[in-house]
Amino acid sequence: MEVTLTINDKKINIDIAQDEALLTTLRNLGYYSVRCGCETTNCGLCTVWLDGKTILSCAYPTFRAVGHSITTLEGLADEAAYLGECLASEGADQCGYCTTGMMMSAMALKREKENPTDEDIKAFLKGNLCRCTGYESQLRGIRKYLRGDEV
Amino acid sequence: MKHVGKGYKKIDSAMILSGRAVYTEDLVPAHALVIKVLRSPHAFARIVTIDTAAAMRVPGVVAIYTYKDVPQRRFTLAGQSYPEPSAYDKLLLEPLVRYVGDEVAFVVAESEKAAKQAMWLIKVTYEVLDPVLDIHTALDHPSVVHPEEDLHYNFPVGGDPKRNLACSYNHVVGDVEGELAKCDYVVEETYFDQAASQTAMETFRTFCTIDQFGRLVCTSSTQIPFHVRRHIAHALDIPASKVRVIKPRIGGGFGSKQTACTELICAFVTWTLKKPAVLILDRKEAMNCSTSRHAREWKVRLGATKDGIIQVIDMVAISDAGAYGTHAFTTFTAGEHKSVPLYNKGKAVRYSSNIVYTNHMPGGAFRGYGATEALWPLECAVTKLAKKMGIDEIELREKNLINVGETSLVYAPDEVLESGNLKEAIAKVKTMARWDERPKSWQIDEHHRGGLGIALAFQGSGIANIDNATVEIRLNDEGNYILYTGSTDMGTGSNTVLLQMACEVLGCPMEAMSCYEADTDVVPFDPGSYASSTTYVTGTAAKLAAEELRQKIMQQFATLLETDTANIDFDGLTARTLDDGRTMTTKEMTAKLSVGPTYGQLSATATFGSHTSPPPFMASIAEVSVDTQTGQVVPIEFYSVVDCGTIVNPTLAKVQAEGGIVQGIGMALYEEVRYSQAGQLETNNFMLYKIPDRTDTGKVTVDFVESYEPTGAFGVKSIGEVVINTSCPAIQGAILNACGAEPTELPMIPEVVFEAMHK
Repeated sequence: MEVTLTINDKKINIDIAQDEALLTTLRNLGYYSVRCGCETTNCGLCTVWLDGKTILSCAYPTFRAVGHSITTLEGLADEAAYLGECLASEGADQCGYCTTGMMMSAMALKREKENPTDEDIKAFLKGNLCRCTGYESQLRGIRKYLRGDEV
Repeated sequence: MKHVGKGYKKIDSAMILSGRAVYTEDLVPAHALVIKVLRSPHAFARIVTIDTAAAMRVPGVVAIYTYKDVPQRRFTLAGQSYPEPSAYDKLLLEPLVRYVGDEVAFVVAESEKAAKQAMWLIKVTYEVLDPVLDIHTALDHPSVVHPEEDLHYNFPVGGDPKRNLACSYNHVVGDVEGELAKCDYVVEETYFDQAASQTAMETFRTFCTIDQFGRLVCTSSTQIPFHVRRHIAHALDIPASKVRVIKPRIGGGFGSKQTACTELICAFVTWTLKKPAVLILDRKEAMNCSTSRHAREWKVRLGATKDGIIQVIDMVAISDAGAYGTHAFTTFTAGEHKSVPLYNKGKAVRYSSNIVYTNHMPGGAFRGYGATEALWPLECAVTKLAKKMGIDEIELREKNLINVGETSLVYAPDEVLESGNLKEAIAKVKTMARWDERPKSWQIDEHHRGGLGIALAFQGSGIANIDNATVEIRLNDEGNYILYTGSTDMGTGSNTVLLQMACEVLGCPMEAMSCYEADTDVVPFDPGSYASSTTYVTGTAAKLAAEELRQKIMQQFATLLETDTANIDFDGLTARTLDDGRTMTTKEMTAKLSVGPTYGQLSATATFGSHTSPPPFMASIAEVSVDTQTGQVVPIEFYSVVDCGTIVNPTLAKVQAEGGIVQGIGMALYEEVRYSQAGQLETNNFMLYKIPDRTDTGKVTVDFVESYEPTGAFGVKSIGEVVINTSCPAIQGAILNACGAEPTELPMIPEVVFEAMHK
């Protein structure tokens, strides 16, 4: 089916399968920050924004995104680069495979909650799993990002 | 030092955090054929008939391969230097399927949808056989998992496949029974560890293409590109000169990618069809059809005399190899060298196991590689012994701890511990956790008790007398450097660490050197990244190569500046004559070297292998809360001090420690492996196999003590694996102190702890 999607403020007409997940559509379009880690909505690697709120694109049918605004990490380039620097300064990127999905959640948190505590950060990012870091360095990096530290 | 000891960001950070095409899946060529694997629904069965006719009629299906279509050369998927100690017990496909998930057919189609549709239409009839599902009855079971005559060992590892004995190891030093009889205190316990899953966030994946010379190019998420090349050439019976293996950025490994789960299948398809093809395992397949940690049952006895000396360490295991003997022998033997030597004052040691074939998913490599498994029962038993003797569990450990310069009953005849700040690490972690200032056991509220527990751990750094790594560094025609390595950065930052070590020698800024890794056509040989080898083995090779290149550059400057090397100060980019201050940059020099018949490119290649595998050391204290009504354990804080020799990059070393501890906490408390009675692994996704999220870990506090390992460049040892080893026994000790319960199996989920409380 032919649909019009708005991805990172750009409108695009594409042909999709009826049962296509947004994750598949985005990867087919070259948004490689969006990744598949589990197929059971447990890992958070495929996190993107729909109208500014985080969703798991592996479990979101593409046709339902019609008429909404989809944002991926690629669409938040400058802010994502800064957050990336904050994380990298703590070694929190490691393999990087889960990190971009987690960054989408962290950037959403900044918009949704003022001055979040460590416990707020952990609760908000609970659905973003990571096997490399043990999470402590991510927390340190996110604190820097939320404070706007120079890195 | 200029670079060693600096917490630089990883050199690949910006690219991996911006959604660039850097991982295997991002690089798959358009129109690559999609491979799906039809897998056995039975734990043990013989394929009687297999009919692919209907499946082949699905539009878009290109080929379906069964056991009738594949080469008949047995191989191992284990990534180890040749001759591997793992049995050659596997074919690409065969009529006997040995676990739920074993390969039955490869379906190749133009789309994933077509491939999946075709899978449903393959008709297979099986003769279902009685599976071997219990390690206690596996030996001499009526069912023989590997009845084939062509199973091959490269050298004897104590195997007898007709008895389901994949391999065995029995090392006895001294008179175990006689010494135990003389001991004033003896403890005995049985411990279990499970077939835990590595769960790298990027599952196994490979794509293959044919290059302009008709050669096979295999791009794969692997830790072992050179071993993969050898395995492909062997299994497909094609010359190694026709195979190239490339590793792009990979999404974690943890040992799982030290086994070639997808490469051979994909290579077979592309080589047969001469077309690009891709194979990606989904999460369920990745957990169900790869390799795990080896499950073991340990019977441990420790004996001590009343002076507090541990006289006997007796560790006898039954180990589950699973359906194939991948890493089966070496994970067990490696565990000895990294556990038993901690306490070296005694008179007798036995370390022994039958490692049996069963119809479970095969075991393989998982961070810790046998040490994690062996330290779990040993450290629990040492705590148990301390309790029985009525002395502080740290005091007992300190009394028996190996010192630098000493040997162990299980060390090689001329082997001693060459470095380590063990006692300082223990003292530091005691201070961090306030061990001496507070009770080890306390009431938190009506239903919760708190406890502290201790564990120590060793690991190695590379494999002594086996691993060697070669590094090449070139000075390019624009005056900059490039370092070539076959080690594989799994996300740890090992590429960055290698550059830090090389730039330290050459003196240049980090930006003046780039790194090219893990392409078998381009880089010199390296076994790959496993056995905690990269910083110590490859890093030392990098230092040696940099030293040789620096010497060559100095000589060249001396020639061009018409002076001698003693008169030159060189900072890695600019040479300056000491007497008259003339300068020449590497860029100016290489411009001259790149022209005319006289000169040429400067490069240096160096190899390092070690007679020893220096152990990093870790001391940890776990603080937990136990719900005395339910048995639920909540980690509050985990304090660790690591001695990994000289720290090259403190930021990255700290993250290694934190990540390893939390992976260990997952193994200790959450990650349950459960098989159905029919032999189906049930915990095969992230809903059922619970890896820790960021609210599950408690606080993790890491510090270091530095030592200087004389055999490693700049005094380095390893860190990647030792850090997973203390979580399980430290938490067990904390639970014991908190509520008196002594759980002996992993993970220590509420029902296990609850049962232990009421034993």
